[in-house]
Amino acid sequence: MLWAAWFAQGIHGGNMQTTVRKQRFKWHIVVFLAPAVLVYSAIMIFPMIDTLRLSLFTQEGSKEVYVGLKNFQTLFHDPNWSGQFWNALGNNVWFFIIHMLVQNPIGIMLAAILSVPTLRFAAAYRTVVIVPTILSFVIVGFAWKLILSPLWGIAPGILDAIGLKSWFHPWLGKEEYALTTLALISVWQFIGIPMMLIYAALLSIPQEILEAAECDGITGFSAFWKVKLPLILPSIGIISILTFVGNFNSFDLIYVAQGPVAGPNYSTDILGTFMYRTFFGYQLQLGDQNLGAAIASVMFAIILVGVCIYLFTVQRRLRRYQF
Amino acid sequence: MNKARRNLAHSIAAHTLLLSYTILALFPVFVILINSFKTRKAIFRHPLTPPNPDSFSLVGYETVLKQGDFFHYFQNSMIVTVVSLFFILLFGAMAAFALAEYRFRGNVWMGLYLALGIMIPIRIGTVAILQMMVASGLVNTLTALILVYTAQGLPLAVFILTEFMKQVSDDLKNAGRIDGLSEYAIFFRLALPLVRPAMATVAVFNMIPIWNDLWFPLILAPSEATKTLTLGSQVFIGQFVTNWNAVLAALSLAIIPVLALYVIFSRQLIRGITAGAVK
Repeated sequence: MLWAAWFAQGIHGGNMQTTVRKQRFKWHIVVFLAPAVLVYSAIMIFPMIDTLRLSLFTQEGSKEVYVGLKNFQTLFHDPNWSGQFWNALGNNVWFFIIHMLVQNPIGIMLAAILSVPTLRFAAAYRTVVIVPTILSFVIVGFAWKLILSPLWGIAPGILDAIGLKSWFHPWLGKEEYALTTLALISVWQFIGIPMMLIYAALLSIPQEILEAAECDGITGFSAFWKVKLPLILPSIGIISILTFVGNFNSFDLIYVAQGPVAGPNYSTDILGTFMYRTFFGYQLQLGDQNLGAAIASVMFAIILVGVCIYLFTVQRRLRRYQF
Repeated sequence: MNKARRNLAHSIAAHTLLLSYTILALFPVFVILINSFKTRKAIFRHPLTPPNPDSFSLVGYETVLKQGDFFHYFQNSMIVTVVSLFFILLFGAMAAFALAEYRFRGNVWMGLYLALGIMIPIRIGTVAILQMMVASGLVNTLTALILVYTAQGLPLAVFILTEFMKQVSDDLKNAGRIDGLSEYAIFFRLALPLVRPAMATVAVFNMIPIWNDLWFPLILAPSEATKTLTLGSQVFIGQFVTNWNAVLAALSLAIIPVLALYVIFSRQLIRGITAGAVK
């Protein structure tokens, strides 16, 4: 939708063609475009390509030596690295699955409730749900760490009050729970984004369509399932791809809550923290920028595949439902 | 009668759900804030009660203000955020104007090229960005951060502003041309004031990620002189893990400016999202 609109409008834009055809070179176009294009190309596009290039080299002394795909071979097969790499990738996939299963459905549900026209205090609720989203990872990570800490006892105290004390575990400190707990904390933080985007989509559904459905006897829950949900599918596609890109590039929350080693025992390691450790080194291991670049390239490939699947399949199929 | 009762039940259910979510969303912030004003003993004995005259204490804040240079960190964050936003808006609006207003060869491709960065995160290029900053001597300067954030914010800014630049009336611009205004004057004096609401939206969208970013300050500018508030509080809290008063006070000091900004801009933010600016 984004891209199609861009294309369609790009072709029709502009009105100067006939009047200026015979004039000199239009310097002002260059002046208008140059700053943005220069900064963007130099700081974003060039380093990205250079990172892909660096992943094919290695350092010997102070010289760069071309080694082809050897860095990737190390990542995928070398016993010293492949365990960590596949672990980080697997964890990252699980991190994403939790977001898709928890964050997006709850976000859609909250948006659906908020968009009921007769609901009172909708503006206040809307404002509050975004509060976690504006907090930094540092605040979110430490705040939840304190609350879930067995030392402080807020979480066990609350569970005790509702008679579930035996359910309490030091979730962030146990290998089997830590990653899921962090994913849920991240869900807590970012739920405002899918909620607001879906809310906007729900508000933009033309009233006539809902009234027509009402005439046919479709109201309440069935109106949501049969009329509104198909109409907001494009927005659900967008929040899915945003979640995908965000998750496969996340780092901050894990780093703040569990440190660069992503403990306990690497159970919360994801590609971002793995890349940070590989690139900068930690404890006794020296940093290796080329291997770091290789991990960045893998992340790039994953994100690119996700975006392409979205652009060429999901989005194209969803466009049919648009009005 | 039946229908009215069902509506009432629905509305109670809706409010119950929303209220429980509200509590879940605000609870951590609330707990941190109230406990930051309490004595160590009270923090552990009654974590959920607000401070009273007996348990009130500012010892955490005293430690933080003595040990950490929070005012300096805050200043760094402020400089980085404001200057980056200025360049994102200025350069973004200029490029958007060119793309929306003039028909030139490669217009569509230029638009697509600039839009690439909406989906591909700039962090992928970190290794090469650090190399470049080392080579140009910009490591541990705020300039490095400003450059990175400007590049990061431009794609979405250009994309959103182009849509709005297209809505600026052609008649108005042509009238300006007949009156002898240069293309630059048309941009600065006619187009720019008219897209001010869209610029505010772009600013709010970019402000939060820049202010909260930990990755680039950690990698490009970790020195004491250039620490941002996010990195500064992360390092500070990491050092004081066992001093609960100090940790809670530091967290509160990090929360308050963001909450204040949010209170000022929340309406703009929500309007921006729901206006369908990000389709």
